[in-house]
Amino acid sequence: MSFLSIRKLSVRIKGAQTRLLRSVSLDVAAGEVRGLVGESGAGKSMIGKAILGILPGAVEVVEGQIWLDGVDLLALPPAQRRTRIGASCALIPQDPLTALNPSRRIGGQMTDRLVDILGWPRERANARAVELLAEVQILDPGRVLRAYPHELSGGMRQRILIASAFAAEPKLIVADEPTTALDVTVQREILRLIAGMQARHGTALLFVTHDLGVVSKVCQSLTVLYGGLVVEDAPMRNFFANPQHPYSRALLAATPKYTDPSIDLTPVPEGVIRHTQAQVDAADGAWRHG
Amino acid sequence: MPQTGHGGMADLYTIENLSLSLPDMTRKPVLGAAPRIEILKGLSFGIPQGDVLGIVGGSGSGKSTLGRALVRLLEPTGGSIDFDGHDITHLPEAALRPLRRRFQMIFQDPMSSLNPRHRIGQIIAGPLALHGVADVRARSLEALDLVGLPRSFASRYPHELSGGQRQRIGIARAIALRPEFILADEIVSGLDVSSQAQVLTLLADLVRDLGLTLAFISHDLSVIRRLCSRVLVLHQGVIVENAATAALFANPQASYTQALLDAIPLPDPDQVWQ
Repeated sequence: MSFLSIRKLSVRIKGAQTRLLRSVSLDVAAGEVRGLVGESGAGKSMIGKAILGILPGAVEVVEGQIWLDGVDLLALPPAQRRTRIGASCALIPQDPLTALNPSRRIGGQMTDRLVDILGWPRERANARAVELLAEVQILDPGRVLRAYPHELSGGMRQRILIASAFAAEPKLIVADEPTTALDVTVQREILRLIAGMQARHGTALLFVTHDLGVVSKVCQSLTVLYGGLVVEDAPMRNFFANPQHPYSRALLAATPKYTDPSIDLTPVPEGVIRHTQAQVDAADGAWRHG
Repeated sequence: MPQTGHGGMADLYTIENLSLSLPDMTRKPVLGAAPRIEILKGLSFGIPQGDVLGIVGGSGSGKSTLGRALVRLLEPTGGSIDFDGHDITHLPEAALRPLRRRFQMIFQDPMSSLNPRHRIGQIIAGPLALHGVADVRARSLEALDLVGLPRSFASRYPHELSGGQRQRIGIARAIALRPEFILADEIVSGLDVSSQAQVLTLLADLVRDLGLTLAFISHDLSVIRRLCSRVLVLHQGVIVENAATAALFANPQASYTQALLDAIPLPDPDQVWQ
């Protein structure tokens, strides 16, 4: 049994006819790293938000189940749902600057959740913060804990958010494009760090990204989304050796590869988009009549 | 000064020993001047007419500062910038104004560089009206044609467009003035791969069709390889490599260039990625 099992999850803007997620099913086993790939607007982040119970107010779940460690989150009353999610899941957000409160020191922001939600004593939470900062290779934890976010570099802020995500030993972390805002050398450090921590802590990771290069470095499996519909779900190596869906192949062709000068980046061709959109429409038709 | 506008191999830009420092306000004493941070430390290079120059480097390498100095959004503290025979290094704004229509800029984030309360037509028309161009409306619609967007977009607002479409509007606004030089600062880094490929193809077509000279700032060497004929690698405010694109990728000279190349995650599970 997978640690996370999403079954036929559909969400839509309240009252709207069209769905943003179209009967999405996917699994993440304990300790597995799964990539969630697609273009902007494909619904990747929406899945992460649905798992963490932070869908925007205007979005509602139409149907489906989100099984977390054998319990369907969507069947729980809201308070119980929040407790369960809080105890076993965490988020590494995309933009470390907006995710941190600019007017508060780092220390408090890292320990809030441990003290307020999990009820740890303040000293234990502080000690844990120091330990985690060392684990993300921050050399002077004391100074960093007293610093304000603007005093730290982008890579440093992202390390702090990674440390915070692992603080309460979650079983599942949703990483929402955690390196998109960073340059390549810092990106590599951060990805290695996430992969290393994930392996040491045995945490399952749902890695949202649009970069197939990143997927090939950190994920064991991936799900490709188009228009809120899952078009491919494959083990990572199988995917790169032999992508099944035409949309997956087009996405791979659009991914830059500096080692291959003959490659001419091609946008996803019209024909592939028509074909994939037809599948989306067919799924909608079947859903309305089923 | 007479212009050297005979096309061919002449340099549109000549940069000599360019340096730029900014006051570090976080370390400013209560009384007295703030200490200055050296951002660009004596750069010399040329940009030939019709060339596409890639400027690459990590965060804080000074690539955006260099770009902003080229289009004189920042004033250098030393050295000189010569644009087509005009020394623009310290030219005051009034004297720069007539030159500005000849060098334009496309910004990184189309969401914050397009006024959300203006319609697309108005946004593209802005610089045209400012420079007193005749037929503003016709020229704006033409610019939409050039970036492959329907003319009906003129009446839409930025939030109604996708990221890739918004970046096309940024391009349309820059080319509407028919500039000779465009600075593009990280214009595809916020886009997903398919939109990125579309915008790069469009930019390559425009450079060819309009005879533009382009400086393209990016931290992504894969994108640079696709578009640029020369590459300038910046590291901590110094040029560590200035080479033809093919030569740079075949045989990078600077260890920093090699480090940048090694850090790129290729879509290939077998890549050795330390």
